Amino acid sequence: MLKYNSMELMISVASRFLEDGVSVSVGTGAPCTAAMLAQKLHAPNLLIIFEAGGIAPLLPSMPISVGDSRTMYKAYQTTSMAEIMEALQRGMVDYCFLGGAQIDMYGNLNSTMIGTEYDSPKVRFPGSGGANDFGSLAWKTIIVTPQNVRRFVPKVDFVTTPGYLTGPGAREKAGLPPGTGPYKVITNLAVFGYDQDTGRMVIESIHPEVKLDEVKKNTGFKLLIKDEVLVTEPPTDEELKILREDVDPLKLIIGREAK
Amino acid sequence: MRREERKIFTEVDPDAMRDLFRRKSKKLENKLMSVKNAVNSMIHDGDYIAIGGFGSIRIPTAALHEIVRQGKKNLGLSGHTSTHDCQILAAGRCFNRCDIAYVIGLEAMGIPKMTRKYFESDAVEYTEWTNASMSWRLKAAAMGLSFLPVRTMLGTDTGRFSAAMEIKCPFTGRKYYAVPALCPDVAVIHVHEADIYGNSHINGIIVSDVDLAKASKRVIITAERLVDTDFFRNNPANTTIPFYLVDAVIEVPYGSYPGNMAYEYYLDVKHLSDWLDAEKDEKSYKAFINKYIYGCRDFNEYLNLNGGLEKMKRLRDLEYLIKTDKEETRNA
Repeated sequence: MLKYNSMELMISVASRFLEDGVSVSVGTGAPCTAAMLAQKLHAPNLLIIFEAGGIAPLLPSMPISVGDSRTMYKAYQTTSMAEIMEALQRGMVDYCFLGGAQIDMYGNLNSTMIGTEYDSPKVRFPGSGGANDFGSLAWKTIIVTPQNVRRFVPKVDFVTTPGYLTGPGAREKAGLPPGTGPYKVITNLAVFGYDQDTGRMVIESIHPEVKLDEVKKNTGFKLLIKDEVLVTEPPTDEELKILREDVDPLKLIIGREAK
Repeated sequence: MRREERKIFTEVDPDAMRDLFRRKSKKLENKLMSVKNAVNSMIHDGDYIAIGGFGSIRIPTAALHEIVRQGKKNLGLSGHTSTHDCQILAAGRCFNRCDIAYVIGLEAMGIPKMTRKYFESDAVEYTEWTNASMSWRLKAAAMGLSFLPVRTMLGTDTGRFSAAMEIKCPFTGRKYYAVPALCPDVAVIHVHEADIYGNSHINGIIVSDVDLAKASKRVIITAERLVDTDFFRNNPANTTIPFYLVDAVIEVPYGSYPGNMAYEYYLDVKHLSDWLDAEKDEKSYKAFINKYIYGCRDFNEYLNLNGGLEKMKRLRDLEYLIKTDKEETRNA
């Protein structure tokens, strides 16, 4: 069995959630890597959608921008951003992949600012981009992020992208399409799902050689824990081989250790 | 959730726009101009501008540098995934208000420090949006409407700090956000081909540029190459943006450099990384901007400063995934 790093583990685990024939909107970085791995391994008919307008490309290498030429390579269509967003609003996008600077137990994400005053941020981030639109309109949101107490916070400074907001029913009450919301969170320590009754994050599996205490210590809120906590299936040799040789040979993404 | 009073920075009233578009010339006439002249005569201090393409993809770099060189001030900026274009305009401190969907960051490449500082200072006032809502704001304007109902941003701080208003669907009772039309004073769009009248062809993704051209009071087109008007007459499907929306046409080969131009040339990752590095402190930032913007008389000087035609050849190889043996090609 080959050795692997945390980024390779996160990407392999993320890719397994993408079944053949589903649609997914992705950004650059780890999400794109996961979609490429899925497309080359078990989901050759994965419909990859880029918000800038690229539809169903056969990605030859890692895009640097979600609008660059790689997202148009052997694509079936190159269209407008409105058309992509309208497909999301019509309910045609099954999965989206997101990250953020902060996440809370309901899966609300912050990629806008750190601080308490919107008009004088301590740190300003780029903003939603398409994140809010994906998190609002895709059926299932998968979050891929490093885990520590700075990121896993009791309350995000700014809700850029909706998770389950304040709990069950809050999305629907706000007017968001029913049946949508966070599905999984994949970190360098564990895989989380969501408890249907409370809308809160629950541990599904812990990565090999990681202790439950370590997961708790790196979380700034109370995690729900199932009676039986599984161990995450590590990346297979096949996954690692494709990831290293075909998907990211320059190690642009898998060369980074997630902390 | 308490709603914040946030500003709308452009015209929203469709009748004001109708009046303007009624008076806009629909005459088929030669609109060729220089970059200097177009920026000088069509972009005024205080105007709200929107840049076509996608931040570092199909951007009108020549016009952006010229806006900085001519010292345009107090512009409004559509931050509809505004990355390297935003970075250039921030270098000239050209804008003081911004609709933010995505700004500052260069996506996977990272966040330029000085551009971020500009947004963190009091120099820029902003309203929060998303990529979809900005697309649809342009679409509302393109449709000749004052708003569109949308299902995004609901329940979030993004929505709270936007200028959207909650409305109820008269048919289903569902809650929507009404997003106001976005009518920029000027749009600057880089395209693959254009004729002298302004008919324009874009290859690959359109992003929001068709709606943007329809929504804007004035439209400046920069094109990789000029083509005979028969390119459009013989195949009208080639017309992505029709002549009657366009006010100025400028031929600028490699005009999206160091950005990507689909089917032409790839991003110059090296130059963009150097720029990112230069933003680490005031001194290196100032020197970099002086060298690459203020120190260049025009876009051609900037291209030559960055390796000229030889560099463009390598970026073309990269675009077409042509593998050459030279190590330098791979690292271009």
